[in-house]
Amino acid sequence: MDNDRAEPGGAGGFIELDGVEKVFEVRRRTGFLKRERRRVRAVDGLSFTVARGEMVGYIGPNGAGKSTTIKMLTGILTPSGGRLRVAGIDPARERTRLAHRIGVVFGQRTTLWWDLPLIDSYRLMHRMYRIPDARYRENLDRCVELLQLEALLDVPVRQLSLGQRMRGDIAAALLHDPDVLYLDEPTIGLDVVSKAKVRGFLRELNAERGTTVLLTTHDLQDIEQLCSRVMVIDHGRLMYDGPLAGLHEAGESERTLVVDLERELPPIEAPEPARVVRVEGPRQWLAFPASASAAGLVAGIAARYPLVDLSVREPDIEAVIAKIYAERASA
Amino acid sequence: MVDAADAAEVTAGRVERGGRVAEGLRAYRLIVAMWIRSTMAYRTSFVLTTLGNFATTALDFVAILLMFSRVDALGGYALGEVAFLYGLTSVSFGLADLAIGSMDRLGRRVRDGTLDTLLVRPAPVLAQVAADRFGLRRLGRVTQGALVLGYALATVDIDWTPAKLLLMPVMLVSGAGIFGAVFVAAAAFQFVAQDASEVSNAFTYGGTTLLQYPPTVFARELVRGVTFVVPLAFVNWLPASHVLERPYPLDLPAWVAFAPPAVAVACCALAGLAWRAGLRSYRSTGS
Amino acid sequence: MGSGRLYAAVAAGGFRRYATYRAATAAGVFTNTVFGLILVYTYLALWDAKPQLGGYDQAQAVTYVWLGQALLAALAIGGGGFEDELMERIRTGDIAVDLYRPADLQLWWLAADLGRALFQVLGRGLVPFAFGAVFFPVALPREASAWAAFLVAVLLAAMVSFGLRYLVALSAFWLMDGTGVTQMAWLAGFFCSGMLLPLNVFPGALGEVVRALPWSSMLQAPADVLLGEADPLGTFVFQAGWALVLLAVGRLVQSAATRRVVVQGG
Repeated sequence: MDNDRAEPGGAGGFIELDGVEKVFEVRRRTGFLKRERRRVRAVDGLSFTVARGEMVGYIGPNGAGKSTTIKMLTGILTPSGGRLRVAGIDPARERTRLAHRIGVVFGQRTTLWWDLPLIDSYRLMHRMYRIPDARYRENLDRCVELLQLEALLDVPVRQLSLGQRMRGDIAAALLHDPDVLYLDEPTIGLDVVSKAKVRGFLRELNAERGTTVLLTTHDLQDIEQLCSRVMVIDHGRLMYDGPLAGLHEAGESERTLVVDLERELPPIEAPEPARVVRVEGPRQWLAFPASASAAGLVAGIAARYPLVDLSVREPDIEAVIAKIYAERASA
Repeated sequence: MVDAADAAEVTAGRVERGGRVAEGLRAYRLIVAMWIRSTMAYRTSFVLTTLGNFATTALDFVAILLMFSRVDALGGYALGEVAFLYGLTSVSFGLADLAIGSMDRLGRRVRDGTLDTLLVRPAPVLAQVAADRFGLRRLGRVTQGALVLGYALATVDIDWTPAKLLLMPVMLVSGAGIFGAVFVAAAAFQFVAQDASEVSNAFTYGGTTLLQYPPTVFARELVRGVTFVVPLAFVNWLPASHVLERPYPLDLPAWVAFAPPAVAVACCALAGLAWRAGLRSYRSTGS
Repeated sequence: MGSGRLYAAVAAGGFRRYATYRAATAAGVFTNTVFGLILVYTYLALWDAKPQLGGYDQAQAVTYVWLGQALLAALAIGGGGFEDELMERIRTGDIAVDLYRPADLQLWWLAADLGRALFQVLGRGLVPFAFGAVFFPVALPREASAWAAFLVAVLLAAMVSFGLRYLVALSAFWLMDGTGVTQMAWLAGFFCSGMLLPLNVFPGALGEVVRALPWSSMLQAPADVLLGEADPLGTFVFQAGWALVLLAVGRLVQSAATRRVVVQGG
């Protein structure tokens, strides 16, 4: 709870995984009574460290082992092998002690009390985590201000929109000053404005409090706007660990600019490195590297063509990962 | 600095056992209070469901009354005596049901993944699951049982002794403990078989239905089963035999009438172990 | 012709849906067997004290217990059929989607519920009944015609049961919280169907009244047909009459409810 305590983890990171494994035994029905047992390595020798105050995106396709990792980091699941420490604590052995140091937000499962005003859920956190009164007030005020919850505190949770509820959930996870915040798909299903609010808040939390943030997401923009570091996991193994830019290089992923012109025109002569990949009536699709700026491209086109509307489509994570694979296969 | 922290941890380890029980009770109280507030958000619904709960449990007694409209005794027991058994088990079961009756939803929580949200809280999971969906409406059952018990005490001519008087509250509390252990064990079983919540009904609701009738009605093997395997007979059959001065089922010695507290403690300990095993299996398999 | 196939497919879907819950079915079989065991001894004691009570002998009373356990889930006497889902759809407004489906709402749910009932008879009913027949003295007819008549009575019972629960479900159009109605329906079902105690054991006028109500079509009627205590044709007429009345009322209520949805815009 106290942020300036010496790190018990020592020289390593704040979150440390060393050869962590999780093996599940899956029983599958193969006939009326016949069953087949199969061992599935959901997490297969995972090693990484996260320093205090880092903001890390943890991504990978469904079933890659993301949520299994998060469940081991939060003490929900016991690893089958390897060494795992969060803030110097072995999560599986000291689940309740760890709980005081971590905050968890499960994207689609709210932990707020459905029929009660939002503030009641916070009062429960206050008492359940034994947060000192002054601390609780201060943290609540901060969250209320930054997440714009003031008008929502007395509204029963069931009446909140998805975005409001997500903000409410994030505040609930932070009242006890956790050192680490785990977010599972924090922007899923949210509208653009809510996404922006959530992201802005997380950036600020990380900058001001130095809270370590680990987030899983399918939205590459989350990562782009928040994380200096990305880890890609697939088949239980770390495929990539580094900055997002590097991931784009590794995957050579491309964004798409969709342009609606006033009328049908021949393919736009776009400035390098963009190129037209598809034309359909007055609408044209241009691909350009994810690392390049969209603004320059848009300005260049707008100067020479009659634009009605345009939008940028981000590459999705699956596409990026698929490209990494293709890359490796050909290398 | 580090040494001090270590020392604190050792101390924490020593007080852990007792501390965890206190911690659990505290978390239980906090969550129950939240559920009561939630219930009170829909007052009309609360009143209706409490009445419904009362009426539903009263139905069993109506069946008994209907039976006694055609006969004078069942298994050698008169209506008042059957009402005595009925009232005892209903109050005991009602208390356990009120306290932790929603534990049979555990399988659903495992299936939809919401159990995980409890595992990241700094409180024992058992306490959180026990308090889950706490329903004050279940007071309906307790009230109904208490009324029948009152009726029985008014009609049956009991030759009261200090021991019998003492046995009354002891019986009710121990009975609640035994049924509570059944609830916990049944929930632990759902870690293994998530869809099998109905099995617990056989032991909980089935158990209290069984105990509403005199032991003389049932086959000897069945009575043996609920005495030695799932010791429900200690809820009311055995202690009530002492109070009503009836022959003990299975020719058991007279002291068994006073065994319910010990049996309840043993049951709770076993249920606790079953729960720990279940939770451990969940945390290692994730399903 | 085409619509007949549609409803057959819906019924098959209802059957398959419940068939997938193997563990839940096994758990239900176990629980029904345990409750049957408890009840059968109380009935034995009752008929010991008063042989020929309600015109049944002891073997018939025992048969009645196991029949009740076998049909409890199928006829959804204690709830647990389609009604919870339909009520949820009404409350969330998803019902508006159902109304635009090119199928009749009532027939759709009836087909699905009959599919479910068929599975429950086979999956949850047979084993407890067989258990009872093996370990206790039961009175079962030898003639195939009696069994055929029994099956017809069970089918009609399922229709009556559906008709009642459909009305319960539709109440959600007018009531915010359906718990009270469901609970009342459960109580009435248990008490008046003969699940609590055979209706012929009920004393005097109470017995007369409950035997005339629709719920008696559900357990008492098929049981009396199987036990040879009632004329099958007369029973069928009684059951079919109630089924028609309930389904017709359901249809009226449905059209009133539909108007409401249209007016409110879903």
